Amino acid sequence: MSLFDWFADRRKAAPVVRVNQESDEGDGLWSKCPECGLVTYRKDLQANASVCKGCGYHHRIDSEERIRLLADEGSFEPLDTELAPTDPLAFKDRRNYADRLRDSQLSTGLRDAVVTGLCRLDGHPLALGVMDFRFMGGSMGSVVGEKLTRLIEKATDRQLPVLIVCASGGARMQEGMLSLMQMAKISGALERHRRAELLYIPLLTHPTTGGVTASFAMLGDLILAEPKALIGFAGRRVIEQTLREKLPDGFQTAEYLQDHGFVDTIVPRPQLRSTLSSLLRLHAPKSCLSLS
Amino acid sequence: MARRALLDFEKPLVELEEQIEQIRQLARDSEVDVSQQLLQLETLATRRREEIFLALTPAQKIQVARHPQRPSSLDYIQLITDEWIELHGDRRGSDDKALVGGVGRIGDRAVLLIGHQKGRDTKENVARNFGMASPGGYRKAMRLMEHADRFRLPILCFIDTPGAYAGVLAEEQGQGEAIAVNLREMFRLRVPIVATVIGEGGSGGALGIGVADRLLMFEHSVYTVASPEACASILWRDAAKAPAAAEALKITGPDLLRLDIIDRVLQEPSGGNHWAPLQAAATLKGALLESLDELSSLSEHDLLEQRYAKYRAMGRYEAASPTPEVVAPV
Repeated sequence: MSLFDWFADRRKAAPVVRVNQESDEGDGLWSKCPECGLVTYRKDLQANASVCKGCGYHHRIDSEERIRLLADEGSFEPLDTELAPTDPLAFKDRRNYADRLRDSQLSTGLRDAVVTGLCRLDGHPLALGVMDFRFMGGSMGSVVGEKLTRLIEKATDRQLPVLIVCASGGARMQEGMLSLMQMAKISGALERHRRAELLYIPLLTHPTTGGVTASFAMLGDLILAEPKALIGFAGRRVIEQTLREKLPDGFQTAEYLQDHGFVDTIVPRPQLRSTLSSLLRLHAPKSCLSLS
Repeated sequence: MARRALLDFEKPLVELEEQIEQIRQLARDSEVDVSQQLLQLETLATRRREEIFLALTPAQKIQVARHPQRPSSLDYIQLITDEWIELHGDRRGSDDKALVGGVGRIGDRAVLLIGHQKGRDTKENVARNFGMASPGGYRKAMRLMEHADRFRLPILCFIDTPGAYAGVLAEEQGQGEAIAVNLREMFRLRVPIVATVIGEGGSGGALGIGVADRLLMFEHSVYTVASPEACASILWRDAAKAPAAAEALKITGPDLLRLDIIDRVLQEPSGGNHWAPLQAAATLKGALLESLDELSSLSEHDLLEQRYAKYRAMGRYEAASPTPEVVAPV
């Protein structure tokens, strides 16, 4: 139950989000910050990693832009791009799952909610997985589970560190228990990666909730988060119902998690690449450290 | 007969049971021999019950799975073990009563047993938090499983939870992290793990003690990625559509067998496990021992490889045509 209440919350907040998106993308050349209202030339915003220069608000970015920000130019080699979702339960709510999938595929150009591949970051070889929230809320079904598992296995095999950029509402209901079991599958692959004494870093971005939080998002050797990202297991609405009282200020933000010991460091997006580069260098095999 | 809470689809049986009771009363008050009529009516009642329970919808199975008198983890543990000592605490400052565990013996086998624990009545349910475990519960489970690993005790897990506890304190203490660590570490344990869904398997809260070499499930148990109520309110935008969601989510034993998620469905006595707890416990014990027999013949290496391969194979996807995925949309 907890995995999905977040979606319900999102729906409640949907009008606001939609207004933001319109002001974000409606005018083409110009972009208005939903936090402080600052209007920025879109190219300038992108040059600042889509972070508002006025207030530091982190605009949501898609997998393509995230990869461009992290990977050395031209170094990203996508993996398992042929993997595509099926409709194993023939699931139909108000709409067919198959139709929802097709819509997301058409609007994003992706087959499912994660892009994986090998790349270099400041010269350091890296296995990189990036979830894309635009694709059905970044929800985790069989394809997300399989692509991440294959990525981690490849990294174990080639002795590479893994970075997974999380952005997800949790397990994908439309694939039922198959989705839940992806949590176990990915965690099993991470156990082998860990046993090989390799570095795994999840980067928690807005939002990281439900089954993703209860699996690979929280299994990092080091856990990074973007400022003010919503990170949590259960949805706010459910918790409010249970408690019947107001939630504490800043509840389930990256800052709240850091205060409670579940996030190592919060990194503003413009500093992300350099922070990761340092971490990769510090954790590289000794021979590499002396080389660089 | 002990008073049972009746489920709505059991109503057709009520009339029959009342008749039976009346005749019994009559027999007690007079000298009339009614054994023939009683036998007939009881046979009829049994047949009707069997018919009803064979045709349960997923939504009805949820009602059986949540039945207040359905045997709980501690009930089964008492019934199947010859010795049992409950162990408490996560060694981090808490002892969660919604997730119990301890060491015990079944025949000549020493085992570790853990399970979600619901209460029978409101008072007990408040103490047990309705079987919704807190981070401390998952950490206690992990501590006990580490113990089992060190002393080579096979692990038996009983799953029966609506879900992991959703509360401010649970978030503050890292509910997600606690479950996640269990998922990862259970792949490392060098002892056989057999998990059984005895009631409801609610999402991540169930999976948190559910990574196993064999996953069994009672006939009227359910295992869900999200509660049908939550799923209905999100996807249908109408919580009243929960029965439709229960159908669509594929949460019953036979469905999950078809999806290669569970290994075996355990038959329940007619009317569900709460009708004949002893029989249910005997079924469970037999199945657990069979699974342990199969698993104990494996080397540690093979055990871990097979556990990994079991989860590795879960999921349904296809390899699409070779047209490259467009990484750059817009």
